[in-house]
Amino acid sequence: MNSYRVRKFKDRTFSILGLVCVIVAVLPLGSILLEVVVRGAPIISWNFLTQTPGAEGQTVGGIGPSIQGSLILIGLTSLIGIPIGIMSGVFLAEYGDNKYASLMRLFNDVLTEFPSIVAGVTVFLAFVLYFGHFSPLAGSLALSFILIPIVARTTEESIKLVPNSLREASAALGVRRWRTTVSIVIAAAKAGLITGSLLAVARIAGETAPLIMTVLGNSYFFQGFGQPIDALPLRIWRDALQPYPDIQAAGWGAAFVLILVVLTINIGVRLATGGRRGSRR
Amino acid sequence: MQSNHTEKMSSLGLSAWYGEKQALVNVSISMKANSVTAIIGPSGCGKSTYIRCLNRMHELVPKATVTGQVLLDKEDIYGPGVDPVMIRRRVGMVFQKPNPFPTMSIYDNVAAGLKLTGMRRGKSLDDIVKSSLEQAGLWDEVKYDLKKPGTSVSGGQQQRLCIARAIALQPEVILMDEPCSALDPVATAKIEGLMASLKEKYTVVVVTHNMQQASRVADFTAFLYLGKLIEYDETTKIFENPKEDLTERYITGKFG
Repeated sequence: MNSYRVRKFKDRTFSILGLVCVIVAVLPLGSILLEVVVRGAPIISWNFLTQTPGAEGQTVGGIGPSIQGSLILIGLTSLIGIPIGIMSGVFLAEYGDNKYASLMRLFNDVLTEFPSIVAGVTVFLAFVLYFGHFSPLAGSLALSFILIPIVARTTEESIKLVPNSLREASAALGVRRWRTTVSIVIAAAKAGLITGSLLAVARIAGETAPLIMTVLGNSYFFQGFGQPIDALPLRIWRDALQPYPDIQAAGWGAAFVLILVVLTINIGVRLATGGRRGSRR
Repeated sequence: MQSNHTEKMSSLGLSAWYGEKQALVNVSISMKANSVTAIIGPSGCGKSTYIRCLNRMHELVPKATVTGQVLLDKEDIYGPGVDPVMIRRRVGMVFQKPNPFPTMSIYDNVAAGLKLTGMRRGKSLDDIVKSSLEQAGLWDEVKYDLKKPGTSVSGGQQQRLCIARAIALQPEVILMDEPCSALDPVATAKIEGLMASLKEKYTVVVVTHNMQQASRVADFTAFLYLGKLIEYDETTKIFENPKEDLTERYITGKFG
């Protein structure tokens, strides 16, 4: 009876310990979220979301160009990065049993952990200086450097989850290898690929550092693919550095909008996969 | 019994390796057209390896190698310039565990082989799907559920779906790798009945660890032990009057 009590006590202790750890982990996150909502939500209005920023010291204006710019950057980056990322992930998983692939996997892992400002500097040197102007293309390129390794990684993992019996079943029907990969393996891993891509997009939506030296920022709406453009994270960063309280408040508002965008993408993931993250089918 | 059959497929001095480990030693078996040939033997004797050599699936395992010949209609499928993919279209396979494609409907599972290989032989896809499911004895059970996922039916039905999927390509030989070992007795009986009807059109080779099954369904039986062919003859002879002492001890349950 005594040992039962001891075990019960241990069980309780560990449960409580686990709960405490969860609270400790979630607390800072919750406080940040609360701060952003409390400070950012009140400023949201139709004008704030659609207008250009006002002149300094006068009206605060809106964050319209930042929202538009962020959406353009997210779209372009997805267009460039998701196909490349998925294809490299598929290659690594299905044809990755050799030295080149191991090397590629290593580089990919290094890239995943890369400081994102380096992506910005690289594109600045190789692209912006060469063409002579900041542009949404340069920004998307820099963001792609961050997106591609993440997508490649998650793709490889979800492709590896596809049971080998399906590849065998397909091979035994006399289906060519590439066709098996496209029609059987990728089809079975589809939910995982969508999840990985959307989570990577959510990640790059909040990136600031790679944008500073590639898109620069802009107070006006989109002016062409050869011109600087604005983005929400850039706007937050710039507004936070300003001494004026009302501009700082606009920064909080932009942060609130950005969090909503990321939240929307995450909810999209849940819907796309029926609530199961990285599920098998 | 049925010794008047012509030879459809045969292995001559077939040896197979997984890396350094030899799994088959010099196995020669002749499989007659329109008959069921059973490969029996204890676990690890190389029976699965053997039939995976018959449609060149063995070589898909990394570092797996084969020597010797496998003749299909007198032609060596390991000969130079032979495309293994084309061999697999002529020699279908059913696996131990039912493995319908989970992303596809019942209909698409049966049609998968034809769609993915780009082969459509005259008749419309609907007809081929129907006749394949009929031959697999599954049509009456699923004819109103063709749009349901292939994995939504029972295990035994899934296995017959896999048989239908193999039949749809109209292969010449059907290989079955312990097709009943994951199934209950009722489903097993259905698959066994199916083998008897399938041999009218196809040549069937079945691996089984169940000796009663071999004696029920097979016209010819080969007994493998430790990668070697111990004895091969008509099933009745193997079970009633085996030549080898080892065969007799195995089928009487003295080891294995």
